[in-house]
Amino acid sequence: MSRQVVARASEVVPGTSKIVTVKGRDIGIFNIDGSYFALANRCPHAGGPLCSGRIVPLAMSDGPGHYRLARHQEFLRCPWHGWEFDIRTGQSWCDPHSTRARQFAVTIESGAELVKGPYVAETFTVSVEEDYLVIELAG
Amino acid sequence: MKVPFAGAIDCDLHPLMPSATALLPYLDEYWRDQLVNRHIDRYSFVLTSYPPYSPLSARPDWRQTSGLPAGDIDAIRRHALDPFGTRLAICNVLHGAVALFNEDMAAALCAAVNDWTAKELLDREPRLRASILLPAHNPALALREIERLAPDRRFVQVLLLAMGEMLLGRRTYWPIYAAAEKHGLAIGIHAGSTYHHAPTPSGWPAHRVEDYVAQSAAFESQLLSFLTEGVFQKFPALKLVLIESGVTWLPTLLWRTNKTWRGVRTEVPWIDRPPAELLREHVRLTLQPLDVPRGDPQWFARVLDHVGSDRMLLFSTDYPHWHFDGEDVLPDGLTDDTLRRFMIDNPLETYPRLRDGTVAHHAVLRDNASASQEHVR
Amino acid sequence: MNVPFQHAGASQHLMIVDCDIHPAYRTPADLHPFLPARWREHMTTFGEHLRQGLSGQLAWPRMMAAGMRLDAFPEAGPPGSDLELMRRQHLDANGVEYGMLMQLSRGGMEERNLDFAAALSRAVNDWQLEEWVKPEPRLRAGIVVPQEDAAFAVSEIERRANDPAFVQILISPRASDPLGHRRYWPIYEAAQRCRRPIALHVQGYSGGHASTGSGWPTYYMQEHYATTTGMQNTVTSLVFEGVFERFPDLKVVLIEGGFTWVPSLCWRMDKHWQRMRKETPDLKRPPSEYVRDHCWFTTQPIEEPEVPAHLADVISWLGWDRVMFSTDYPHWDFDHPQQAFKFELSEEQKRKVFRDNAKALYGLT
Repeated sequence: MSRQVVARASEVVPGTSKIVTVKGRDIGIFNIDGSYFALANRCPHAGGPLCSGRIVPLAMSDGPGHYRLARHQEFLRCPWHGWEFDIRTGQSWCDPHSTRARQFAVTIESGAELVKGPYVAETFTVSVEEDYLVIELAG
Repeated sequence: MKVPFAGAIDCDLHPLMPSATALLPYLDEYWRDQLVNRHIDRYSFVLTSYPPYSPLSARPDWRQTSGLPAGDIDAIRRHALDPFGTRLAICNVLHGAVALFNEDMAAALCAAVNDWTAKELLDREPRLRASILLPAHNPALALREIERLAPDRRFVQVLLLAMGEMLLGRRTYWPIYAAAEKHGLAIGIHAGSTYHHAPTPSGWPAHRVEDYVAQSAAFESQLLSFLTEGVFQKFPALKLVLIESGVTWLPTLLWRTNKTWRGVRTEVPWIDRPPAELLREHVRLTLQPLDVPRGDPQWFARVLDHVGSDRMLLFSTDYPHWHFDGEDVLPDGLTDDTLRRFMIDNPLETYPRLRDGTVAHHAVLRDNASASQEHVR
Repeated sequence: MNVPFQHAGASQHLMIVDCDIHPAYRTPADLHPFLPARWREHMTTFGEHLRQGLSGQLAWPRMMAAGMRLDAFPEAGPPGSDLELMRRQHLDANGVEYGMLMQLSRGGMEERNLDFAAALSRAVNDWQLEEWVKPEPRLRAGIVVPQEDAAFAVSEIERRANDPAFVQILISPRASDPLGHRRYWPIYEAAQRCRRPIALHVQGYSGGHASTGSGWPTYYMQEHYATTTGMQNTVTSLVFEGVFERFPDLKVVLIEGGFTWVPSLCWRMDKHWQRMRKETPDLKRPPSEYVRDHCWFTTQPIEEPEVPAHLADVISWLGWDRVMFSTDYPHWDFDHPQQAFKFELSEEQKRKVFRDNAKALYGLT
């Protein structure tokens, strides 16, 4: 397991995302109300750049002709075919069991803790005054 | 192959239509007067979709000596019920009143046809059941007809045509579906067109055979209309029966709607399950005609596999339309279990009223002697 | 689960032929250099005259950004309008050896003013040549012609017949009459003579009829599917009006209309042709034989059955030589060459579907 520092926490505010490259792999980091989630930037349907899709709410209905939105800023629409993915779990809303984007563990850590090691920060100088997003990767 | 055991429920049978004269006693005096004085009673109200002498409209051995399709009560017994060991059969009287633009006249004639059906068919042959012919283009009048006939539980379904004024899933028609669901009536969509639109998106084909082939596409469009408009969400107990559709177009529609739904879901967010699941639950299809290659039974088995359900198919003869010869009404290569599903279980599950223990108390004439005397020609 | 397209051990990707790519205008003014002054002014003053209620937009709004892949937008202009982006994102990235252009709009196929339609047709064919095929040798154009004016259509076909940049003839399958109608026969005769297939790409624009035989759909989800049922009707018309009997060398490509319905439709046509034979005495063979001999089908949007191998069943009936890969770049329901098939194809099947069938049909080496 290696812990990679990929971004400053301040770069990913609630309702936004950032795509980072870790060991040659593109990963999207999302912030939902202060909690962070990370998904592979590869749609399990047809390989599209999933994480560059729009962050959207979930359209729901109590019956034909009725429309409402729920779970604002918690879903990702693939920029290719528009399939909806739950950012929290990576699951396709329409096919939660078989269609799932790969998830990564992402945590927020203070610079002060990080400098105690071990971590990999290819593009960052870790400062004790800031918080950082850290992704765990195998190998 | 032939029917291997008795007890089948035939979900599509076409009795000989009543003449306009035969309908007069079932009309009120205004409509009688209209029909007689305007000479409307001299017309046969045959739908363009089924020209009487066309080969498709009747098998040679299911025709009268005049050449017109057979289908009086005696012919129904001899041709359609007895040879197949049929226990119950649903009559679909495809009367052309539904193609009239005058909604009131259409409604009056539909009511007359339905009353004639009850008296001349259902009263005389206890194996028969029927669909309620509806003037769909006026949903309020259609609703009135459903409410009028619902107490007669020998009517098990409402009958609509595959090509009419509008796609049938639209909210305009929902009063019909509400009433049908309430009364335990299935929604039957039958092949045929009122030709109020061109039958294809690029207009009017030259040949009758093309119009008939185009019916399968019409069924697909109707099915998609029911699905996307949310009819199955609004009326969760409803069953939709596609009658005389050809069947094997179904897998493409199941596959495509599942896939498209994933990308367009937010347009129709009331669809909360994969469309194929909804369709397997709510939709049924009658077996004749069955569009498979001749002499190659593996394809029906494969299509059934593609459909992913053995609950959707309903046995039918489509008497007297010519889709098979002799008694070769069933596809080859099916197990008895599957056949039992198609012939008995699926129809019973689809049509709740067929499960009634008793029928409404109407006079039942079962006088075979007088029936054979009445049979003319 | 996706089955990798590239076979483990293969040293390089198979170069593919993409049978459906949509170029676009940066702005409508892109056509102006190719239009005579009179028609430039007409275009600005009156614009296109189509059979729809909204100007410049469809009455079933698309889902993704106007029906496009979100990542296919160049700096300026709509998706498909920037050759550089198309090269980078698609032709180069996906190993496209040849791409067939499908320019569907402002080519006159749906234009009600037939004089304007003729001018548009000429202009769009010149535009394809100058802006796309000449700068990018991997691309091939289609001769876009207004099918409602058969005489002009024939003249335009003949005008381009000697130019190998044009590999097929584009007309609308949502015409004002079913395509088997004899008033379109001069076009088929010209196509046969010039040895180009007729390309029928699904159309969003109406030729004058509702998109189903029972009126107009409510939702885009339905309208998307109506193109498939429309294609079925079109094939039926071509068969039963005897187009393939009369033009025995004619080839027809059906694009973006799906293909899994073909076996069922053929079985249905055969069955009812058999019964109703006296109505169409000019047909000498069962409909399914005409379809298998004269029709090709592009793959996109490919079906994704719950059991992927069911797709192989369908293709096995249709023939592995009848199906040609297409992406529909840059539309939202685009198929990626490496992801489109969710089951393993043999090497021979891959070569046929992704390359050789199209090369044989279009005479590409």
